[in-house]
Amino acid sequence: MAAADNTTPLLAVDDLTVRFRTDEGWMTAVDRVSLAVGEGEALGIVGESGSGKSVTALSILRLHAAATTRMPTGRIMYGGRDMLGLSTREMRTIRGGEIAMIFQDPMSSLNPVLTIADQIGESLRLHQGLDQATARRRAVELLELVRIPDAARRVDEYPHRLSGGMRQRVMIAIAIACRPKLLIADEPTTALDVTIQAQILDLLRDLQTELGMSVILITHDMGVIAEFARRVMVMYAGRVVETSPVSALFRRPVHPYTDGLLAAIPKLDVDVRRLPAIPGSIPDPTAVIPGCRYSPRCPIVEETCRREAPELLAAGPEREARCPPRVAALAVERVA
Amino acid sequence: MNAPIVRVRDLVKEFQVTRGRGGPPAVLRAVNHIEFDINAGTTLGLVGESGSGKSTTGRLLVGLIPATSGEIELFGETITGKDGRRALAKVRSKMQFVFQDPHGSLNPRMRVGDCIAEPIDIAGGWSRGDRTDRVSELLETVGLPRAVAERFPHEFSGGQRQRIGIARALALRPEFVVCDEPVSALDVSMQAQIINLLLDLQEKLGLSYLFIAHDLAVVRSIATEVAVMYAGALVEHAPKTVLYATPKHPYTQALLEAVPRPDPDRVRSAAIGGEVPSVLNPPPGCSFAPRCPKVMDICRIERPAPRASGEGHAVACHLY
Repeated sequence: MAAADNTTPLLAVDDLTVRFRTDEGWMTAVDRVSLAVGEGEALGIVGESGSGKSVTALSILRLHAAATTRMPTGRIMYGGRDMLGLSTREMRTIRGGEIAMIFQDPMSSLNPVLTIADQIGESLRLHQGLDQATARRRAVELLELVRIPDAARRVDEYPHRLSGGMRQRVMIAIAIACRPKLLIADEPTTALDVTIQAQILDLLRDLQTELGMSVILITHDMGVIAEFARRVMVMYAGRVVETSPVSALFRRPVHPYTDGLLAAIPKLDVDVRRLPAIPGSIPDPTAVIPGCRYSPRCPIVEETCRREAPELLAAGPEREARCPPRVAALAVERVA
Repeated sequence: MNAPIVRVRDLVKEFQVTRGRGGPPAVLRAVNHIEFDINAGTTLGLVGESGSGKSTTGRLLVGLIPATSGEIELFGETITGKDGRRALAKVRSKMQFVFQDPHGSLNPRMRVGDCIAEPIDIAGGWSRGDRTDRVSELLETVGLPRAVAERFPHEFSGGQRQRIGIARALALRPEFVVCDEPVSALDVSMQAQIINLLLDLQEKLGLSYLFIAHDLAVVRSIATEVAVMYAGALVEHAPKTVLYATPKHPYTQALLEAVPRPDPDRVRSAAIGGEVPSVLNPPPGCSFAPRCPKVMDICRIERPAPRASGEGHAVACHLY
């Protein structure tokens, strides 16, 4: 595939909307989400449950069950083509080939009755047409690349023999087997212990540099975002509420939800008497909230917020936020 | 400071496991000679990764599972040993348990009011009116409207369900509550609400907590003292401010370093290698030795005993 120039992102998602069928009718899980990932870039998507972050990721690879999902609308541009228009066969060559994905739970993503060699080899045989012996040799190399000790022996084992951290390494080995240009990692360290999480984040960062991959990292953990991503997109109830370079976001969040989320995180380095919690709960996905979806919980809510759904507004260099009152206040501040 | 309401001495819990079909039974030592006290009105945060034995310790403490050896004293009654069962019956109503998973711990077929009143019904001796009043009072205590009593658990979010779980735990006015990862299944915005609720309840009702968690930041926000567990053993124990300011055990240091901070300017040092050892085949000596960056020869031979090092700080490490 021809290398894109600097102005064309590797992947550009435009106005993506995903709707699911539920008992209560159609529900909008992802509402007009746009994002772009440049070559070699690390984009973080952060949000709580029901924010639509995982659905966005799954939709990029069109991994939703057709029976309960309406075909997503919008555009997903990759390599000059809209992936929403590709045939199932064409999608299959992209999935696991050019764009790979790893998930939160490595146990349920691995086949319990196949050896590690079989599972890594599957993708190599499928996408690169390697024969059994070559695929096996390559599998050992990949296990070494993801720093699994004693790779030549481990390659013939079954997943249940491996710890959670080792299984996630195997998943990463499978994902990078075909040298993907983009790796989508959906909560890759959430199920792991903190010392193992640190190992996996180190590994992902090293691989990203070595292989020149772009990464979309989806997580609920602002700490993981701060450590790994260069740009971040904050989602709430199916919508993007803020996008920003990571350093600027943590220095000064614009959207009140980002504010609240950062304040509510328990602090490791200082003693805090009471955490400033966000009142209320995450809205039910089927609930209809007129205006801004954060308005019922927002500390700076205004009358219009409850009526008019706000758009994403420019809020500084490479920054956007879906909060007219805050963006206006920032503009006044900049003039003053 | 008040007298301890919980005293744990030399506590050991072993499980018999069979490996493979018809294989010889093996012994898994989940809790390995641990000791601590919990004073009235305070919170001991028990921190560890999976397999550290922290949940087993919590279950031992409220008598859900019997100890293999050692001593647990609750409110002055020794619940381990020969007369343990009788002693446990005396103090049982003074303690309760809050579980991690508010989905699995509430009966989906019972109305919320009945879930909360279940301990009252089991204890018996309450009139219908008193029971209803108590349920309303409990709901108010945990910040839920009265009408919630008529609804079913599945109608609520994780955070609200955890409030229901806490209301039920409080039904019989316990003095000591074991909270086993009560916020780890919750979203960040819900987590803070539940932590604040637990702090409010402690202030208002004078509760003591054993707060079990893997998240060191969560523990810092609630604990009075912190004990760090690794592979069944307590490796470090100190008042909260001391532990976070001057962690001594190399494992505690590695654990603190590994936590991702919401600070993009921070550069974390490379993760320590290796994994938590199986408690089935514990290495001789210190169980952290295979991963320890400061390991010495003696660490692989002799298990370090916890040693006091001032300010209520105890460390089980040959370095000190």
